[in-house]
Amino acid sequence: MAVSSRRRVLPGFRLSLGFSWFYLGLLVLLPLSGLFLRTFTLTWAQFWETVTSARALAAYQLTFGASLAAALANVVFGLLVAWVLVRYRFPGRDLVEALVDLPFALPTAVAGLTLTTLFSANGWYGRHLEALGLKVAYTSLGVAVALTFIGLPFVVRTVQPVLEDIDVDVEEAAATLGATPWQTFARVLFPGILPALLSGFTLAFARALGEYGSVVFISGNMPLRTEIVPLLIITKLEQYDYAGATAIAVVMLTASFLLLLAVNLLHRWSHRRLEARSGH
Amino acid sequence: MRTQILLPLFLALSLAGCSKSSSDASAPSKGTEDVTLLNVSYDPTRELYADFNAAFAKQWEAKHGQKVTIKQSHGGSGKQARAVIDGLDADVVTLALAYDVDMLHDKAQLIPQNWQTRLLDNSAPYTSTIVFVVRKGNPKGIKDWEDLVKEGVSVITPNPKTSGGARWNYLAAWGYALRKQGGSEATAQAFIEKLFRNVPVLDSGARGSTTTFAERGLGDVLIAWENEAFLLTKEVGKDKFEIVVPSVSILAEPPVTVVDKNVDKRGTRAVAEAYLQYLYSDEGQELAAKHYYRPRSQAVAAKHAALFPKVSLFTIADVFGGWKKAQAAHFDDGGVFDRIYVPQAR
Repeated sequence: MAVSSRRRVLPGFRLSLGFSWFYLGLLVLLPLSGLFLRTFTLTWAQFWETVTSARALAAYQLTFGASLAAALANVVFGLLVAWVLVRYRFPGRDLVEALVDLPFALPTAVAGLTLTTLFSANGWYGRHLEALGLKVAYTSLGVAVALTFIGLPFVVRTVQPVLEDIDVDVEEAAATLGATPWQTFARVLFPGILPALLSGFTLAFARALGEYGSVVFISGNMPLRTEIVPLLIITKLEQYDYAGATAIAVVMLTASFLLLLAVNLLHRWSHRRLEARSGH
Repeated sequence: MRTQILLPLFLALSLAGCSKSSSDASAPSKGTEDVTLLNVSYDPTRELYADFNAAFAKQWEAKHGQKVTIKQSHGGSGKQARAVIDGLDADVVTLALAYDVDMLHDKAQLIPQNWQTRLLDNSAPYTSTIVFVVRKGNPKGIKDWEDLVKEGVSVITPNPKTSGGARWNYLAAWGYALRKQGGSEATAQAFIEKLFRNVPVLDSGARGSTTTFAERGLGDVLIAWENEAFLLTKEVGKDKFEIVVPSVSILAEPPVTVVDKNVDKRGTRAVAEAYLQYLYSDEGQELAAKHYYRPRSQAVAAKHAALFPKVSLFTIADVFGGWKKAQAAHFDDGGVFDRIYVPQAR
């Protein structure tokens, strides 16, 4: 992963760096600074009132909470799926490979409708879950389910190539040196895949924060209970309250940026630790 | 606060490029040169305008020897209005509520303030009203608005904050409570609160609510536009649902207008105005009735009297003093609707 800065493939460090900045600036920074500028039409008091209203606070809580839960679920089960795909050969494996990518390709509204159909009281899953007293559709649990669905490929696809790089020999060597299966996993394999797992987590989490299409169908959109932040932004736009919508968006953006930055720092730290260890 | 250029700058730039070239291509609309119109509409009018566009194109070509192609765009009413404000080159808009059209003036000065007086009947060539859809046999015995606030009745209606259509539902309920014997602002508010306590899910749009009611089996009654209710009972769920018409309801007037700035720039004013006028013609009215909208023309309405039962209808001007006032009092942040859910909202 770490391409040494001395051995360059692309011509001209300055040219490629310049282009990167230009590209990021045009595609990311410029639109985002427009977003920030829009909020300046509000006074500070108005801004504060908008972004700390009871509904907004409830929506942040739901969006960040459900996104986190979904990303964590995907870390566990995505790793499992990736492991199975890499280490085992079984009939229908190609089919599973293709299935993993499906949440990427499916229009989110279709995903939302499908999940709601499955989990609503008369759906295939919902019928049985409801008998157990578990309501999924139109609750915050439903939001987490939708976000888990759309986030799955991110973890699987980031972990998979790393797992493929780890030879089975490594596991066998650990076993011959007397490691238990758990020790092999925890001390030999896991440190190697942790950076990839973190990347997958970040991607799944970030994707979940901004998700709108699939969630609005399964959430039920009840104020204070199942309203996600993107829905709140849409309701502001329906009132042609562009400034209010961008105010919420700015809070969302800042929080997401800080979180992603933190995860990236964590990522870097775990990567460095890995390199230090393998250096011995 | 003018057009929203900064946000999707990249898109805006490329759009500007496109629109320039397309307007050059179709600028002079005289003679036999082909002309295109863009009609930006809301969701449930798709089938109506598919039929109407063909009828108008035929009539226009016969009369003027000019081929006219009408492109359609459909989506949520508010979203469509914002697209036009942000620069979508609509020649005409045919939206769900006058509030969204008002914003074309307020936010971008695309049309004059008095746009709604330019065509007959508040610029709404067809109307609809708000009715109930219940399950076959009407197991909960729903007859009127009062039955919707009973305990144990589950009501499905979309979120009026995100759905323009749903705002009509809400205002119909409010108007009923206000105008009944002994009604006042306070009783109307209490009624609305009780009603929304019976709403388990607030879908973001009308079609979402229809799905929730029809496919998921949620709710005892769906509050819907009459044309959507007909679609559901006659075409989607034959023998599964029934329409219940309440004693009182609102006259839903989905308005149409030419977008002055765009037609003047593109030189399409004549054909765009004729297009909207044709909605008022017998053929236009017949097509509206065919797609379950109530025709304005007395003669055409009489022919379809069996389809559309008589309801005592009030207008938004009667009860609320127009859309802007209704929007500000009920649906803007901190308005009556928010206070149902957030008791001390500001």
